[in-house]
Amino acid sequence: MTKIDAKGTYYRTLNQHIRELVKKGENEFELFNVNGQRYIGDGIRGDVKIIINGIPGNDLGAFMNGPTITVNANAQDAVGNTMGDGKIIIKGHAGDVLAYGMRGGKIFIKKDVGYRVGIHMKGFMDKNPVLVCGGTAGDFFGEYMAGGILILLGLNQNGENNGPIAGDYLGTGMHGGTIYVRGEVNEERIGKEVGLKKLDDDDKKILETHVKEFCDDLDIDINKVFDKEFIKLYPVSSRPYGNMYAY
Amino acid sequence: MVYCSGGALEVVKNPMALKENHSWTPQHIRNVYRQAESGGVLLTGMGCNLPYPVLWDNILIDACQVTNPSIDPLREPMELRTYLGKKPCKLELEKDKSGKTKLKQKLSKQIKLEVPFIFAPMSYGAVSLNAHRAMLIAARELGTVMNTGEGGLHEDFYKIFKDHLIVQCASGRFGVQEDYLNAGVAVEIKIGQGAKPGIGGHLPGEKVSQEVSATRMIPMGSDAISPAPQHDIYSIEDLKQLIYAIKEATDYKPVSVKIAAVHNVAAIASGIARAGADIIYLDGLRGGTGAAPTMIRDNMGIPIELAVAAVDDRLRAEGIRHEASIIAAGGIRNSADVAKAIALGADAVAIGTAALVAMGCHVCGSCHTGNCSWGITTQRPELTRRLDPEVFGERVANLLKGWAHELQEILGALGVNAIESLRGSRERLRGVGLDAQTLDILGIKPAGK
Repeated sequence: MTKIDAKGTYYRTLNQHIRELVKKGENEFELFNVNGQRYIGDGIRGDVKIIINGIPGNDLGAFMNGPTITVNANAQDAVGNTMGDGKIIIKGHAGDVLAYGMRGGKIFIKKDVGYRVGIHMKGFMDKNPVLVCGGTAGDFFGEYMAGGILILLGLNQNGENNGPIAGDYLGTGMHGGTIYVRGEVNEERIGKEVGLKKLDDDDKKILETHVKEFCDDLDIDINKVFDKEFIKLYPVSSRPYGNMYAY
Repeated sequence: MVYCSGGALEVVKNPMALKENHSWTPQHIRNVYRQAESGGVLLTGMGCNLPYPVLWDNILIDACQVTNPSIDPLREPMELRTYLGKKPCKLELEKDKSGKTKLKQKLSKQIKLEVPFIFAPMSYGAVSLNAHRAMLIAARELGTVMNTGEGGLHEDFYKIFKDHLIVQCASGRFGVQEDYLNAGVAVEIKIGQGAKPGIGGHLPGEKVSQEVSATRMIPMGSDAISPAPQHDIYSIEDLKQLIYAIKEATDYKPVSVKIAAVHNVAAIASGIARAGADIIYLDGLRGGTGAAPTMIRDNMGIPIELAVAAVDDRLRAEGIRHEASIIAAGGIRNSADVAKAIALGADAVAIGTAALVAMGCHVCGSCHTGNCSWGITTQRPELTRRLDPEVFGERVANLLKGWAHELQEILGALGVNAIESLRGSRERLRGVGLDAQTLDILGIKPAGK
């Protein structure tokens, strides 16, 4: 286990230091006084654990394949950008454009997320990315989704947050994957490529598995999650634009 | 006018063909029929074929006569080698312990090309696997690079061709798996392409075969949509962020940014250079595609000739020309076009259509149907097996070898022995039949002056 004090350290120096240690075989890190350094965990592969105290900068875990990153605070934008595998746990809010093109692994965010989360997530065979958000989301949640699972819980809605669970254009352009939303969804706000359904038994099993892991990691009472019914958003077609062209 | 001199045959125009009309051409009339039928968006393949001026055909190259002798490429070595990447503003030298002069600063990583041409990005899905393999074989033989395009890299190619490959990271992030970013010599961020500036990509479900599906990581038969814009790039600062995210993931490999040539391409290129890109790839109006809306392909963007001149001028004026290499693409048809593009300021050119024509393409423009009878822009196995990668890879290599020799002849005639001496050398070009304003934008004099 290597402890690193990131206070006043430029991101390039910090990341180079971590990379050199990973090459030498170190696979457990705890960072202190992180204050906006970008690209932490970027492109790192394998079973590496990083605990972050402080707020990491943009692109946390971008392009990464395998590491587990825990953030004991909020995170910024572009978390898990094109991430291939691994796990990111954020014990706070996170920003915009999270999980863009995510292709595997899990991202758990305790509180709210911003806009354009989960754009073009994709899954194939056994690679199935999962993002669980404990709070609310902004516009364009799950835009162009091509695979994977997005779960939106809205647990803080009747306390600190009075807004809707998701913004406009929910799931717009969806052509694969599944979105589970706790509670109700305003039909006027969803994309035209999206259908709404009740959950069947398979859905319930999948949802429970991921929610249980989420609650364990983030110390949340699972009963509070299942006090409301969930609704499933699915793509109406895998070829939503098939009729658009004159051949 | 066709007639029989023996008076035995009478040839008349087929009354079923559409009557000649300068404005309402048969193409326009048929387009209206198709849209009235379907209500759809007209789709097409390959590059813009409308009669906009081809400026290459109005530019002439200088040659040496008497006052400074030409060089004979048969006797003397001609340097075509080109390095793409960020160059230092000035060289800092120092002497080492043995008294030898050495370079003090650490240079950014460069891509080494033996010839100043590379292959344009054409995605696996838009073109067949055999077409990709043919280009990789040719790239390896000539010492240049091929570009994966936005469809990812087939697993067969990861090991053997890694030094001759640029991997592309487009808005769909297709195929960007663990080894992908580290598979080639550079990573390219695709913002746009000349055939469809400003809009995204769309690979119809028919062309998403099992192998395309595995490479792109999307379900078989589903449309592959590359959204426009890249939704994490909404400003030049966002672009800088992605450039450095990729550099951090690849130990600071060169990053290329590909854009369509549009009206303020010079300002955009300046921003891209300042955002940390090592290469700026400009794709002009005539750039090809596997599928694009006809109206966009034919009416958006500007010709590459003007774009290269404008970008080269702007970067020089701002003192940042050394920050990024410029690649010119979009309708490069022969080695003379290559020489002119380099004289206008490009570091190298990229060819797409020319490579496909070497593989047998007849530029019919039906790539989007997925029925290419040459096995190039299709995924149907009974068609793709017609494209033998070894045979057609050699044809493409032959094309590039021919161009390389011709370039050496052109350089010799110009009295220079290295392509670097021609780069940005506008004085060696003259315009013919061009108006004063175009000459001014190209930065060249009219022939005779």
